[in-house]
Amino acid sequence: MALNYDGVIEKYEPTLGLEVHVELNTNTKMFCGCSTEFGAEPNTQTCPVCLGLPGSLPVVNEVAIESAIKIGLALNCSIAPFSRFARKNYFYPDMPKDFQISQYDEPICVNGFLDVEIDIDEGTKSFRVEIERVHMEEDTGKSLHVGGATGRIHGAEYSLLDYNRAGIPLMEIVTKMIPGTEKYAPQVARAYVTELRDILRSLGVSDVKMEQGSLRCDANVSLSPRGSGKLGTRSETKNVNSLRSVERAIHGEMIRQGNLLENGERIIQETRHFLEESGETRPGRSKETAEDYRYFQEPDLVPVAPEASWIEEIRATLPERPSVRRKRLQAEWAVPDKEMTAMINAELLDTVEATVKLGADPTKARTWWLGEISRVANEKEVEATSLMNPAQVAEVIGLVASGELTDKLARQVVEGVIAGEGSPREVIEKRGLKVVSDDSALMAAIEAAISSQPDTAQRVRDGNIPAAGALIGAVMKATGGQADAARVRELLLNHLGQGA
Amino acid sequence: MTFIYKSAAEMANALASKEISAVDLANEHFDRIESVDTDVHAFLYLDKEGALEQAKNVDAKRAAGEKLSPLAGVPLALKDVMAQRGIPTTCGSKILEGWRPPYDATVVTRLKDAGIVILGKTNMDEFAMGSSTENSAYGPTHNPWDLTRIPGGSGGGSSASLAAFEAPLAIGTDTGGSIRQPAAVTGTVGVKPTYGAVSRYGLVAFSSSLDQAGPCARTVLDAAMLHEVIAGHDKKDSSSINAPVPQVVAAAKKLDVKGMKIGVVKELGGEGFQKGVSERFNEALEELVKAGAEIVEVSCPNFEYALAAYYLIAPSEASSNLARFDSMRYGLRVGDDGSRGAEEVMSLTRQAGFGKEVKRRIILGTYALSSGYYDAYYGSAQRVRTLIMRDYEAAFAKADVLVSPTAPTTAFKIGEKANDPVAMYLNDIATIPVNMAGIGGMSLPCGLAPEDNLPVGFQIMSPAMKDDLMYQVGGTLEAALNSKWGSTLMSQAPALGAK
Amino acid sequence: MAAISRDEVAHLARLARIEMSSEELDHLASELDQILHAVDRVQEAAKDNVPPTSHPLPLKNVTRPDVVVASLSPQDALSGAPASDEQRFKVPQILGDAE
Repeated sequence: MALNYDGVIEKYEPTLGLEVHVELNTNTKMFCGCSTEFGAEPNTQTCPVCLGLPGSLPVVNEVAIESAIKIGLALNCSIAPFSRFARKNYFYPDMPKDFQISQYDEPICVNGFLDVEIDIDEGTKSFRVEIERVHMEEDTGKSLHVGGATGRIHGAEYSLLDYNRAGIPLMEIVTKMIPGTEKYAPQVARAYVTELRDILRSLGVSDVKMEQGSLRCDANVSLSPRGSGKLGTRSETKNVNSLRSVERAIHGEMIRQGNLLENGERIIQETRHFLEESGETRPGRSKETAEDYRYFQEPDLVPVAPEASWIEEIRATLPERPSVRRKRLQAEWAVPDKEMTAMINAELLDTVEATVKLGADPTKARTWWLGEISRVANEKEVEATSLMNPAQVAEVIGLVASGELTDKLARQVVEGVIAGEGSPREVIEKRGLKVVSDDSALMAAIEAAISSQPDTAQRVRDGNIPAAGALIGAVMKATGGQADAARVRELLLNHLGQGA
Repeated sequence: MTFIYKSAAEMANALASKEISAVDLANEHFDRIESVDTDVHAFLYLDKEGALEQAKNVDAKRAAGEKLSPLAGVPLALKDVMAQRGIPTTCGSKILEGWRPPYDATVVTRLKDAGIVILGKTNMDEFAMGSSTENSAYGPTHNPWDLTRIPGGSGGGSSASLAAFEAPLAIGTDTGGSIRQPAAVTGTVGVKPTYGAVSRYGLVAFSSSLDQAGPCARTVLDAAMLHEVIAGHDKKDSSSINAPVPQVVAAAKKLDVKGMKIGVVKELGGEGFQKGVSERFNEALEELVKAGAEIVEVSCPNFEYALAAYYLIAPSEASSNLARFDSMRYGLRVGDDGSRGAEEVMSLTRQAGFGKEVKRRIILGTYALSSGYYDAYYGSAQRVRTLIMRDYEAAFAKADVLVSPTAPTTAFKIGEKANDPVAMYLNDIATIPVNMAGIGGMSLPCGLAPEDNLPVGFQIMSPAMKDDLMYQVGGTLEAALNSKWGSTLMSQAPALGAK
Repeated sequence: MAAISRDEVAHLARLARIEMSSEELDHLASELDQILHAVDRVQEAAKDNVPPTSHPLPLKNVTRPDVVVASLSPQDALSGAPASDEQRFKVPQILGDAE
């Protein structure tokens, strides 16, 4: 009888390990001046260095070092005062030099941690994920397998190589073994990768797009029988390309391993590939012999020894950690959980914050961005932020607050700004959208309304206050919607002897 | 009258005074190559078109009165390990047959910018691994002093082209002696500058932490002039020295060593060195004494481990540097018949494309770096490297420059040591310590060994970044010996191509 | 140490991606044995208290600004390719998985 997830957890304890590769968003590659722009024509962003042509030499991108330090600091790592590059030697066609310049025993960042929270039935639970190292390396080229099943490596007749990606800076972020996650292991893994992604984005060092491969996760998991005190053999699952997949892959791998163990079989230490469709993993092609990477110091590069003062400078510029900031903003703005989540999912938190910083009321700012502007953006299939900027939204909110615009007029202003008619002021000007605040003008309209609906006016005089609505509507119509309805009501009721 | 027997400096003067045009000078050299290179086989490729084009440009600029670099219009032979855009670059290997780099090495860019006329690419031991040029996949080069003998290696093509008057200047590269030992056995001058003085960008790597390009010539001054063209900081090479180039031309012209202390390295001489080599070396020392230098003996006890350490470090780095020759992106591809996978095609290509010595060193390096052996071999070799640097430091505290014979013997017969790699490696015993420490080293001729009438090389070593000192001592010694002999050593070289 | 077996040489040849015939393996095993015997002596000299030197120059922090420079044209990039197609390097089928 096969074990399900709960059955596995009952008998075994999982230990996790996560390796995240993140492509930096530097302008140029790790060791040469070729562009890193995504999506270029094949082999248009290559040079002797990233093609590994004989005689070429690498030179380190200074921004990549700075990014590595930022990442290390954000993950509470120590930054090594002296660190070196090493060559990892193995043959593979997508790797132009047949070695990868990486870091081995002297990585730039070591010993950090990241606390993550997951939602459980009883509330939230916090886990500390310890970081072993962050190191710098270079990405490989991309191969296209032709013939056989389209795009698949197996059964292909030949392969076509594009080295545009070869040499793009990669940071490898490796956790220590994570014990004690128990049944939450898949969720913890997902929460870690999510938090890491948010941090990397807030640092501005990477596009962190899992679907484009700029953030990739390899998930290691092993099971040990409860109470055995022994660590199990781990498998490493590659090709985990979405947050959801991280959770699924670990979940699936735990079930697979649990059932193997249950049947008395051994777990093989191997690389497995995640299958997006089924949520299962398949084994990678096993190698005849264990790879021996023959690491040694890269003799073409010199050590990286960042000055302590530079590290401190970088530390001082680090942004607030995204999860902390979210909590702070939620409290400051008194946003309900649901709306907060909506704002985060719509990726409008920064925009709303910028709008608030310009003096807008937080609730109003949120409502405009998530409401009217997002609605139009969805219709047009564009980003909300491409329609208006925080300054324009703040201006509109300010005009409403000062009474220069009504909510209704404000909507027209926003419509005008989106239509490209200019700034809010210009739209007001062009469209003549002014609140009629001149009481005498309003009184004239009120008098007119009363004389055209004498019966209604009488009912109001008799105390039927709701009947005033029809008169107010007539005044609003007469003034083209530019009157402040509240003021009209006040004047009207006073006039008919029903003032407060 | 022909200009080919003149020094590069003399050619430069003749060009400047318009006694000869750069085009005519290049043609004279091509004629010479045509008449002697069948015997010498110094060149793997001649770029007549490119050379004459460059010569024509220089002549036009000179006619227009433009300011030119001192060596503008002077021909040069380029070791085939340097990438030159559009020109076949083989490194003496089958695996790179037909490869035309899409870029220029920094050295090549500087040569071109200086108006130097690159005649062609010279023969070498495959990927610079060897001391005889017998390991070239394209056949050996012959020593112009005796065509049955080796011209040294790996840069035998460059040194032979100078000794055969096929070119007045050449570029070499020196990982364990590949500039200096060929210079020694061909009676020419070869300089390995301080590591980092000349950019390695475009030099096809053998052992990255040891490789260094340098000038080869027939006189110390010519070498110095070429040195100043190719040296200097390069942003494309992380290990390039970012400091002004020492004034080596001025140093070569000083002709004064009064008060200088010359350290004779006890361990680089005596037993294992040919009698005539030691004799000529000692006579040269006397000339330096006469010129006012003081001779001191220094001891470098760890040099005895240098050879062993070198034959671990260089193959280790080479095993990694040469991995890229896998038939995927350039060069030879063998066995791609549609049925084989990339891995197998790589292995077959590397089997067919690499020669014996290269395979031997790749396997040795793979072994030295592999897990379980790293500490014992590669790790230990790196510690020896520290010891050698300490020995030099102590020696340079006692002497301004250090000296020794460049090679233990004169040129040996082609084929003589081909089947004994360890005996072959001993050729580099006196040159290797320089590379291990990254300091400067020069070889210049100090006479013919009486027993075989073949040239003997005198090695001068100077501290890192003080390359001018070896030029100063070398220039002085050369002048003293020429005046003692009444002519240059090269003028005694046998005539070639008397057809 | 020394004494390298034929099997070890075969393993190294696989690591180094060099196909070798049986004769080549035999020959190389005996040659490597000799060479290793000669280089073994580094171990006597290399005491633990001596730090290793990997590079002759004490340089550090050599970097370049993150500024794009011109790439090769794809024609130049592919100029040496034994085979190409669709502006890509054409290579035999890749059997193993990437790292």
